[in-house]
Amino acid sequence: MRHYLIRRIILTVPTIIGISLVSFVVIHLAPGNPVDSMTMLDPKVSFEAREKLMAQYGLDRPIYAQYMDWVRRIVFLDFGVSYRDGQKVIAKVAARAPVTLLINILSVLLILLIAIPIGAASAVRCGGLYDRFTTVIVFIGFAFPGFWLALLLMSLFGIRLGWLPVQGIVSLDFDTLTAVGKTVDVAMHLVLPVFVSCVGGIAGMSRYVRNNMLEILHKDYIKMARAKGIKERDVIYKHALGNAVLPIITILGLSVPGLIGGSVIFESVFGIPGMGRLFYESVMSRDYPVVMAVLVIGALLTLVGNLMADISYSVADPRVRYDK
Amino acid sequence: MTNKLFVTGMAIVSVLAVMVLMAPVICRYDPVSINIKQALLAPSNAHIFGTDYLGRDLFSRVIYGGRVSMMIGLVAVMIALITGVVVGSISGYYGGVTDLVLMGVVDIMLCFPALFLILAVVAMLEPGIVNIMVIIGLTGWMGVARLVRAEILSLKNREFILTSRALGAGSARIIFKHLIPNAIAPVLVSAVLGVAGAVLLESSLSFLGLGVQLPSPSWGNILMEGKASLGVCWWPMAFPGLFILITVLGFNLLGEGLRQFFLPYKV
Repeated sequence: MRHYLIRRIILTVPTIIGISLVSFVVIHLAPGNPVDSMTMLDPKVSFEAREKLMAQYGLDRPIYAQYMDWVRRIVFLDFGVSYRDGQKVIAKVAARAPVTLLINILSVLLILLIAIPIGAASAVRCGGLYDRFTTVIVFIGFAFPGFWLALLLMSLFGIRLGWLPVQGIVSLDFDTLTAVGKTVDVAMHLVLPVFVSCVGGIAGMSRYVRNNMLEILHKDYIKMARAKGIKERDVIYKHALGNAVLPIITILGLSVPGLIGGSVIFESVFGIPGMGRLFYESVMSRDYPVVMAVLVIGALLTLVGNLMADISYSVADPRVRYDK
Repeated sequence: MTNKLFVTGMAIVSVLAVMVLMAPVICRYDPVSINIKQALLAPSNAHIFGTDYLGRDLFSRVIYGGRVSMMIGLVAVMIALITGVVVGSISGYYGGVTDLVLMGVVDIMLCFPALFLILAVVAMLEPGIVNIMVIIGLTGWMGVARLVRAEILSLKNREFILTSRALGAGSARIIFKHLIPNAIAPVLVSAVLGVAGAVLLESSLSFLGLGVQLPSPSWGNILMEGKASLGVCWWPMAFPGLFILITVLGFNLLGEGLRQFFLPYKV
């Protein structure tokens, strides 16, 4: 076990280096540089002033030196300062990340809570009316464009019915509310974003659980359990379901990038000040340091997600450990 | 079950394909000509999907937008497919260090949230139809590569491959003539499902304003414009979204149908 852990962790080192390289290259695909965009609209900026700015940001040095510099700094989580407002990048990300994480964690919980029972029930009643009905719903849910769903729900619940707020994470009078009032306020703002971000996941996950469960229900040990006269309910919930949901750990790890990436869309539709929105704003204003930081942090989060999934899976299911 | 999924998917995709191919015949209005006096008309006989805030006919915009969206989806998937098949077969066939390096690249690419990577690249280069196709393609090949590699690993020591090598066939012949054709079924399935994903990605990008640029219509950017009339009128928002939904649904059904047809043993 320890052997497996160590090997698995060492294997991530080249991946981390690759992530930093790709992020760095992507940002340097851009024609022109941020000093251009800062000074372009101002004809009074002299050549000397531009040179000074270039030097200040290290943009006058060779590209590999810039890369080495950048890597040396990000090891200590120093992503530089934003071109837009001079704030520390890491502080900006740290301020924005909690909302995104909160929404994603809530939606993962919701996905598990809803998808597992739906999928399992669907498999048990395979071919029946319930199964066919959920299959149709699942296919539609899976095909629903998230941003369209967001717009539809906004216009229904936010504008037509007026039940839920549609923009931001807190109301204008947030500061005047009591502690309970504040919690309720945030919760109300979270209902639509969390729902939108988990619809696709519920569809995909329930389908996955259904197929897995179907496969397991045909396994010999299930037949054995039935032959021994165990109650059908226990066969399904104790013997089959446990084995069917185990691989979900891996799927959850794999779904991290999709969830983080998806936050760009629903955060910009709902005006939520999270990491996705920060990324979008920074991309639009070519704020290189922030874009690089969010790219790297997003990829590292995915890496950690996968690592954790692999490790917990190997704890849960000894068959997958590579050796011993 | 097989037939139902496949037939439904095929029917949806064919109808959509005919609609967008016949766009000049079935559309009575130009998709980009502006007529402010006719702005935001509700759906009627003259404009069956209504008009947008600049008085453009929404039916024409949606159908022409479908052309753009579906073309981007198809070309992007072709790019992803070619890249994935090449990388996967080289990796699986040669093994060793080549395999290690290529699969390392796959792992690295898979770590990036696709939308982050695509947004960053699109914004750094100019957004535009060609760039979007290439970028969606080049960020979507990893699944295919893994699939092809796995298939080839399972095939490459079978008797018929060993026989053809014994008969003097070179690597290229073995890869293209024997390995790839035998690995094609799962690739085809993932390609069809990939079109659905690419259409969704394109519409998300265009919705964020970083995809197809106005005035060219695409389902995503019609929705982006429709968002402005949110709460005022429903039609600029309803129809493009519905078309995205139907298209993605159609390709997903088709893909699942094919999967059950080709790979029945995998449930």
